[in-house]
Amino acid sequence: MSEKSKSIDSKKEFSKDERLKKVSKLKILLNRPELGALGGSILVFIFFGIVAGDTGMFSAYGTLNFLDVSANLGIIAIAAAMLMIGGEFDLSIGSMIGFAGICIAIPAIYWGWPLWMSIVFAFAMAVLVGYFNGILVVRTGLPSFIVTLAMLFILRGATLAITRLITGRTQVPGLRVLIDNDPIAWMFATDTFKWLFTWLGSMKLIALRTDGTPLATGIPPSVIWFIILTIFATWILMKTRYGNWIFASGGDKVGATNVGVPVGKVKISLFIGTACGATLFACIQVLDAGSADTMRGTLKELEAIAAAVVGGCLLTGGYGSAIGAAFGALIFGTVSMGIFYTDVDTDWFKVFLGAMMLIAVVFNNYIRKKVTESK
Amino acid sequence: MSENLIEFNGISKFFGKVIALKDVTMKVKKGEIMCLLGDNGAGKSTLIKTLSGVHKPDEGEIIIEGEKKIFDSPKDALDMGIATVYQDLALVSLMSVTRNFFMGREPQKGIPFFKTFDIEKANNIAAERMGQIGIDIRDPSQAVGTMSGGERQCLAISRAIYFGAKVLILDEPTSALGVHQASVVLKYIVKAASQGLAVILITHNVHHAFPVGNSFTVLNRGKSLGTYAKKDLSREKLLSMMAGGEELDKLEVELREMDRISKN
Repeated sequence: MSEKSKSIDSKKEFSKDERLKKVSKLKILLNRPELGALGGSILVFIFFGIVAGDTGMFSAYGTLNFLDVSANLGIIAIAAAMLMIGGEFDLSIGSMIGFAGICIAIPAIYWGWPLWMSIVFAFAMAVLVGYFNGILVVRTGLPSFIVTLAMLFILRGATLAITRLITGRTQVPGLRVLIDNDPIAWMFATDTFKWLFTWLGSMKLIALRTDGTPLATGIPPSVIWFIILTIFATWILMKTRYGNWIFASGGDKVGATNVGVPVGKVKISLFIGTACGATLFACIQVLDAGSADTMRGTLKELEAIAAAVVGGCLLTGGYGSAIGAAFGALIFGTVSMGIFYTDVDTDWFKVFLGAMMLIAVVFNNYIRKKVTESK
Repeated sequence: MSENLIEFNGISKFFGKVIALKDVTMKVKKGEIMCLLGDNGAGKSTLIKTLSGVHKPDEGEIIIEGEKKIFDSPKDALDMGIATVYQDLALVSLMSVTRNFFMGREPQKGIPFFKTFDIEKANNIAAERMGQIGIDIRDPSQAVGTMSGGERQCLAISRAIYFGAKVLILDEPTSALGVHQASVVLKYIVKAASQGLAVILITHNVHHAFPVGNSFTVLNRGKSLGTYAKKDLSREKLLSMMAGGEELDKLEVELREMDRISKN
């Protein structure tokens, strides 16, 4: 009997406690990981709107330009963010871009494979590399930072050595002619919504070339892929069981294992994800440029991680969002292009990139403390 | 069929030459709380791991509802309704209450290949379950990190019960808690037992164990000193059995001595 009355008392105490902790809608929003990057993007747009508003940066052509750069970075940033939420790093993304580039170009140019087959081959190699990274990290328990740093050198070196061995050069040009009539290459190389831009041009709403065709011809494929990936990754993270496993694996590996989450499999699949993201990046760039370069993608892994961090991912895992990484990429893309429209020397871009990341890390650290220690 | 929900008969576990457990026998009835007491190094951790299927016993048998069972893995034990709540609780503080509650066992809906995590259902169940313990989850999507230690412990226990535990093994559930929080958790444990679970409560805190336990098994250097019903015991007797009593008496004398010296 006394036990019962006690438990009622405790119920009261708890509910009183809870009422004290009432949180406003604003605070809930403040706790979202992508908030910093969203606010940052808005600030960046306001800044360039004031500084470069009349320079053509925000014309159709200018906008597509910085969107294209942002989207390319965004594709790998989202994959890197997913992996970071899962508690690991991939420093081999940049090298994988170079490697995937020659995996497309050499079979297509030197071995006479159809372009679609070399693209499939490049993705197959990405799955292998990602699986290898993942299994090494999971099986050895070594930090992924070290394992993928080794892979950074191995892949870049192999890319250079293989390319020089087969072609005698470090670049493989001549891909552009192969794009037409290929069954899948269009997915990585075709501008979309051309009719819209033609129409806008005919209405004299956007800038035209001297021959009367619009300067901006259509939405580049990178932007479409970027949007699809952002939606897909967000859906996975927020709405699926696998998404919950990603958060759990990064948040507490031991705890997650104890309740039956297949942590190893989750991590391996995320490593495959970053390698495939790098390959998608390579496909789009190689087909756009018409040539593969062994140095393509150098340092991109760091930009991807920086975008993910600005987007709210914690370096320790278990927290972050794909939308945040997308905004992080948008900030970097916008600034890297926008800086050309201002009087500022472009040399300052890297300074900005570093400063932005520092601010983001400090801000994220503060948020994590808020989330975990608010009582 | 025996009235004991779970029986451990003559369990021994050796690690090479080290005898970690020797001939430990315990029985727990439905609705009963059996406290397993012992000082550090008494073999509590080894026994828990043996009960939860992490270690296989080298001797002895485990009998559940009158049937002899062998666990090959923690999953086997879990499938037979033996759930263990470890000290680390297996909770991720950055994740929400709901996401933690269903971690690894998320309810799904939708068509194959496009199945989604049924968060609405999960939120409702988590809020309802936590409400039953008297923890009013204002927002099941709040991070576990915002909860107190006692609430977290209750969440972990509640999760084990929801997923079909018949035997609940609790590893030091009150060790990291303040007095008030500990009493909240202990109350919940009593409530869980009254719903028909068999609870094995592992602790080295006699003051937490004595009020809630129905029977007490004391472990010392890998051996059981026997199981006693509450009526045959006093708190003091239990304390001294743990080999902690004597030590604490000595400490008290020493402290008094130090106090006396510092005053001079």
